[in-house]
Amino acid sequence: MNKIVSKVVFSDRVVSFEIEAPLIAKSRKAGHFVIVRVGKKGERVPYTIASSDLKKGTITLVIQRVGKSSQKICDLEVGDSITDMVGPLGQATHLEKFGTVLCAGGGVGVAPMLPIIEAMKKAGNRVVSVLAARTKELIILEEQVRTFSDEVIVMTDDGSYGEKGLITTGIEQVIQREPVDQCVTIGPAIMMKFAAQMTKKYNVPTIASLNTIMVDGTGMCGACRVTVGGKTRFVCVDGPEFDAHQVDFDEMMMRLKAYN
Amino acid sequence: MEYLQIERNQPWRESLRKNMKNKERLQLARTKMPERDPDVRSRNYQEVNLGLTHEQALAESHRCLDCVNPTCISGCPVGINIPKFIKNIERGEILEAAKTLKETSVLPAVCGRVCPQERQCESQCFYTRKLKKEPLAIGYLERFAADYERESGEVSLPEVAPSNGLKVAVVGSGPAGLAFAADMVKAGYRVTVFEALHELGGVLRYGIPEFRLPNDIVEVEIESLRKMGVEFVTNCIVGKTISQEDLREEKFKGLFIGSGAGLPNFMNIPGENLIGVMSCNEYLTRVNLMQAIDPESDTPVYKGKKVAVIGGGNTAMDAVRTARRLGAETAMIVYRRSEQEMPARLEEIKHAKEEGVVFLTLHNPLRYEGDERGRVQRMLLQRMELGQPDGSGRCRPVPVEGDTAWIEVDEVIVSVGVSPNPLIPQSFSGLEVTPRGTVVVNAETMQTGEESIFAGGDIVRGGATVILAMGDGRKAAKTMDDFLKIKA
Repeated sequence: MNKIVSKVVFSDRVVSFEIEAPLIAKSRKAGHFVIVRVGKKGERVPYTIASSDLKKGTITLVIQRVGKSSQKICDLEVGDSITDMVGPLGQATHLEKFGTVLCAGGGVGVAPMLPIIEAMKKAGNRVVSVLAARTKELIILEEQVRTFSDEVIVMTDDGSYGEKGLITTGIEQVIQREPVDQCVTIGPAIMMKFAAQMTKKYNVPTIASLNTIMVDGTGMCGACRVTVGGKTRFVCVDGPEFDAHQVDFDEMMMRLKAYN
Repeated sequence: MEYLQIERNQPWRESLRKNMKNKERLQLARTKMPERDPDVRSRNYQEVNLGLTHEQALAESHRCLDCVNPTCISGCPVGINIPKFIKNIERGEILEAAKTLKETSVLPAVCGRVCPQERQCESQCFYTRKLKKEPLAIGYLERFAADYERESGEVSLPEVAPSNGLKVAVVGSGPAGLAFAADMVKAGYRVTVFEALHELGGVLRYGIPEFRLPNDIVEVEIESLRKMGVEFVTNCIVGKTISQEDLREEKFKGLFIGSGAGLPNFMNIPGENLIGVMSCNEYLTRVNLMQAIDPESDTPVYKGKKVAVIGGGNTAMDAVRTARRLGAETAMIVYRRSEQEMPARLEEIKHAKEEGVVFLTLHNPLRYEGDERGRVQRMLLQRMELGQPDGSGRCRPVPVEGDTAWIEVDEVIVSVGVSPNPLIPQSFSGLEVTPRGTVVVNAETMQTGEESIFAGGDIVRGGATVILAMGDGRKAAKTMDDFLKIKA
């Protein structure tokens, strides 16, 4: 059950796993995630499904080494089994031929952004991707993003790679030079907050995929709750994608620090 | 009724009645359950009730008058033959007593511990009704017999009918699903139970704490079902991992939905999203399911020193007593009505008080405030008084104008009820769903609008009890069995 059939190490911090999961592969759509647990004492953590292979009956997760649980998973090898994995969870990405879609992914947000970029392209959109990170080493999956994007702009805070500047600079650049019909943003909460403020200035409809703390991931506990348009929503069952202009990012950022 | 009389007229029953005159039986006082010392137990997770000794069980069983008309049975949602199991204890046949329990209840060790007997069997006991005295300790005896059987290693498995080749599916491995599965597997069906979480048992596992219902006990009951042939699939969400269509394709002829009421209710008052304010589900899931108290467990839990639990049901009691065990110096229950209206089991309220829990009844929170990091620091409580009765028959709590007070807290657990899990109602076609989110069924047959789909437990009732869920599961099994036999 949940056996790892292949492992690709993209860098010392990003690993891609292909895992046996025929049932999940069958029902999975872009935007869905799984809850994963490694070891009997492991915690339940969410990961976006990067892709799925119906024929092989596998799903692929791209995981960045950030904390205790992601380290545990990244240390697994081909042939190991994931102790528990359940999915597909969340609401699938709403896909449409919008026209031009701007995908703005910051840092770790690029991994969950990948399946959305691919799906948006396959839905017939022109896809412009802006990737941003503090520094060159933290830019991930650029090659994969290029495969599905019509254009890729890379921003780094320190200018060590691509253009120097924040993701908002890259976003504004694109919006100012061409009409953008839809924006999708994923990344650290504070990044999404400023990305959303930027797109709101130009009235570009924007979706943010939120990454709150989760425990069960099935709508049972409310740990993942966020306020969207003044109403309480659960990221695990109502999301993870919401109208970025309605999300209370300040509250979300505060709640993310609960166990720091 | 006839069956009851036949059993009652058995020679061994007659002989027991002759052995001791009712007059003598009536002199005996109700046995007290041995409990762990409150100061000790409020710091650990060991089971609080130690269980009756054999001598105590025998003494208590003497009190039963073996009534011609055993009204106790009418108080039991699954209709256990109470006099028969108690009299088996009296004649020393404890394993027979356990077998009797298992004729109607698949989880006797669980029910003996968590049933609100004071509202069920014991409230209908002759002692309560006619003599206004303390009833038979039916719950304690049920637990005694079930534990004895488990500890003896000679756990009896009910007879399983030969396979009839028909497959049925169950959504949820909580009490409703387990009871349904037990009856169906006994009737010869191939039963598969699909569970969303990584552990089985539903609320028995994630909700009820170790000190009230040890997980080992739940595990033994589930193992019995496995031995009888029930297949359990964890990490599988019906409605997400597999669909209604998939179940049809897999040739499941009947489906029982027992997905429960695992959706937390919040009060929607200011400050409810501060760090440290959480639902009872989150708190108990972290502690019970994810073992957050185990230092080796990766799942954290916030250990407040001044903890308030909002609510007055069993879940609220579980949460507040867990908080004490996690080191809370002050653990409070905040409940808007008076103690008499609390839905919790009397024993839980008693245990909570013994463990030092403070009861702030006739109080309701208005809002919470926190520090600059967003951690809750205090709550504003409104004093309440009891007004006219509301829909539930209980007096409606009414705010006392101007009587409010700030109380310091660093953790708040909101335990004001749960709603049905919305997953199945949202992903299935053919089900009628109320505005509350409950699935509508025919009360007699437990059938939904879709004839091969049945439902029971909290998904139908909203947050209720283990025993009612089990009763629903059993009813549904009976009807589905009849229904499928006719179709075949």
